[in-house]
Amino acid sequence: MSLPVAVSLLVNGEPIDALVLPRLNLADFLRENMKLTGTHVGCEHGVCGACTVRIDGEIVRSCLMLAVQAQGASVETIEGLSDSGEIADLQAAFRERNALQCGYCTPGMLMTAQDLLKHLPAPDRQAIREHLSGNYCRCTGYQAIVDAVEATAKTRAERPA
Amino acid sequence: MKAAAFAYARATSVVNALELLAAHGDKAKVLSGGQSLMPAMNLRLISPDILVDIGGLTELRGIAVRGDLLVVGALTRHVDLLRSPEIALHAPLLRDAVAHIAHPAIRNRGTIGGSLAHADPASELPACVVALDATIVVRGPTGERRIAATEFFRGIYETALSPDELLVAIEVPVAGQGSTFFFQEYARRHGDYAIVGLAARAVVATGRFTDLRLGFFAIGDRPLLAAAAGRLINASVTSALLADAATALADELDPQEDQQATAAMRRHLATVLLRRCVAALLVRPELEAGVAR
Repeated sequence: MSLPVAVSLLVNGEPIDALVLPRLNLADFLRENMKLTGTHVGCEHGVCGACTVRIDGEIVRSCLMLAVQAQGASVETIEGLSDSGEIADLQAAFRERNALQCGYCTPGMLMTAQDLLKHLPAPDRQAIREHLSGNYCRCTGYQAIVDAVEATAKTRAERPA
Repeated sequence: MKAAAFAYARATSVVNALELLAAHGDKAKVLSGGQSLMPAMNLRLISPDILVDIGGLTELRGIAVRGDLLVVGALTRHVDLLRSPEIALHAPLLRDAVAHIAHPAIRNRGTIGGSLAHADPASELPACVVALDATIVVRGPTGERRIAATEFFRGIYETALSPDELLVAIEVPVAGQGSTFFFQEYARRHGDYAIVGLAARAVVATGRFTDLRLGFFAIGDRPLLAAAAGRLINASVTSALLADAATALADELDPQEDQQATAAMRRHLATVLLRRCVAALLVRPELEAGVAR
């Protein structure tokens, strides 16, 4: 029973073939096997949002997904979004407004905030709060995070397409 | 925590999934979106010997209108319900309810079939299918059977499904003339489990209910189709009649007590939702005024 299973997927655009135990969740696969430790593991039952990654362009909880379920999928982690420059402005806004303190929730916050800005380019503060409501931050009190997302949305709106 | 070890089988078809379930019986669990199953396994509340992953079965995805039925495949995700024009047109109750289910990252994976088969009494979709008078389509080794939503839920995490059966689709009667819907829930924060919730479908003609189905959730071991609704059908709804119905509802409920609310608080909140629902559906805001603050 519970023999390793072959899985093929893309991680930040790179094709990966691996042999994994069924019980290995995607977050641990990314951290332990791929050494991509930007994806954080908090609650391990889908509540805190620290492990948020993108699968085929949509955000998911990597602690609630098995690595074997990522067969054929394109997984993007915070390293991918950061290295490509996709969220450079969002990251700068977080830094400028002290929207992070210990930093544990930050990768998940950035993933979720970027997802909101892709779907709703000009969100109001209520929409920002609602979209981020599944991501816990135990340091900032959220105000600065909402400020940073709001500021990024405004800057992007002013930027020529 | 991490899930305990288990074996994994990726089903290649519904027939293959049924073979796997037949072979492993109640030692197997079906994995669809995993948004309820994985937390339960990570918390070691359950430790199945084998997971049968049906996530790749495209034949179980999609939303279609067939005659006067809306057919929703079991693997249709919450986000699909939220965005579907067919759902918005024919069963907007499902769209309204899904907005209250957890958070975007969960809604991108969780499926309607998974939610119904999991049968958490605090979850939204079971109450919706009860209110919508939907039918649950189930396939097993001897073929297909159809179970009325009102007969499907049997208790906390218990349904009419046998271990060798697979939930494949949900059939919802399309909204007819005069159909109107209401969805509200009390939760500590948006996306949390409901303390009490109400999913309702009504048919209103000349200011009266000709039909009213009230599906309450998080008030017992399964979604409840409230009999108290009967008092409001084909009647001229006054504040006094609504108060009678609210009393009948409170008597009918047998809510549990937990860290979120006492039984008395749940009874009270259920009657508040009843008043709001009736006031909204009949477009008579004054009926809500009787709510004690």
